[in-house]
Amino acid sequence: MATIQSIAGELEPHPDVALVERVRGGDVSAYDELVRKYDRQIFRIAQHITQNREDAEDVMQDAFLKAYEKLDQFQGNSKFYTWLVRIAVNESLMRLRKRRTGKMVSIDEDIETEEGSVPRDLADWAPDPEQNYGQAELAEILRKTIQGLPPGFRIVFVLRDVEGLSTEETAETLGLSIPAVKSRLLRARLQLRERLSRYFRRKKGAKK
Amino acid sequence: MTCTEFLALLDDLIDDSVTPETRAELQQHLRGCDHCEVTLSTTRKTIEIYRSHEIYDLPADLRERLHAAIMARCKKGC
Ligand SMILES: [Zn+2]
Repeated sequence: MATIQSIAGELEPHPDVALVERVRGGDVSAYDELVRKYDRQIFRIAQHITQNREDAEDVMQDAFLKAYEKLDQFQGNSKFYTWLVRIAVNESLMRLRKRRTGKMVSIDEDIETEEGSVPRDLADWAPDPEQNYGQAELAEILRKTIQGLPPGFRIVFVLRDVEGLSTEETAETLGLSIPAVKSRLLRARLQLRERLSRYFRRKKGAKK
Repeated sequence: MTCTEFLALLDDLIDDSVTPETRAELQQHLRGCDHCEVTLSTTRKTIEIYRSHEIYDLPADLRERLHAAIMARCKKGC
C-alpha cells in the first residue's frame, strides 16, 4: 500500500512540497505558512504526550525550530507533516522523561495489561451521550479518561484516531512495527470505550 | 464466528479494511450478538467523540505569541 501511495504522490505532489522547496530557497514566509498550517496539531500532540501546558508550548517551539534547521535532511519520501510529527513526538517524550525522572517512559515497550481487552461494560450508551454534559464538563471527562491510558497506547490512539495518520505513518513516526501499532490501537480504543461507558451509558429507566 | 474472533477484527471493521466476505461474516455475528453490537457502536462513538472535540485548545493569543517567537528565531537563521 505504501508503494501505491508514493506512486500517487509522484503524480500529484503534496502542496507542502512546494512550500518546503520555497523555504529551502530562502523564502521564510513559506515557513510561516507551514507553521500556521500545523501548529494546532503539533500543540495538541505535545499536550497529549506531556500532559503539561508549559511543556507543550516548549515542544511546539522546539519542534518547528528543529524542523526548520533540519529541513535539508527532510527527504521527500515521507510527508512533511509526518516528519514534523515525528520530531514533535521525540521532543515530547524527552520532556516527559525529564519530568518523570526515575519513572520509565517508553513507547517501544509493550505494556502488560489486560484492561479493556475483553469488554466488560456492555451497557448501551444513551443516544448522543455527549449532549448530557456541558462543553467544559465533557472536555474534562475526555481529558481525564485519555490521560489514564499508558503513554504507549495514548500516543498511538492520538496519532491514528485523533490526528488521522495511517497505521503505516504511525508505525514510522513511533518506530514501531505495524502489528504493534495495531495491537495498541485496539487496546487503546477498548480501554477508552470501557472508561467512557461510566459517563455515557444509558441510565436505568431512561426513555429510549 | 465467536465473540473473540469478532473482537480481533473489530479495528479492521471500524477502519473499513475487511474483505466483503469477512464483512458479511462479521455482520452475521452482529445480528445474533448484542454484546458485540454494543461494543462496536460504542467504540465507534468513542473515536468519533475524541475526533470531534477539541480537548486541548490553542488559544489565539498564545498561538500568536508562539508563532512570533518561532518566526523571529527562524529569520535569524535559528
Ligand atoms: Zn459477539
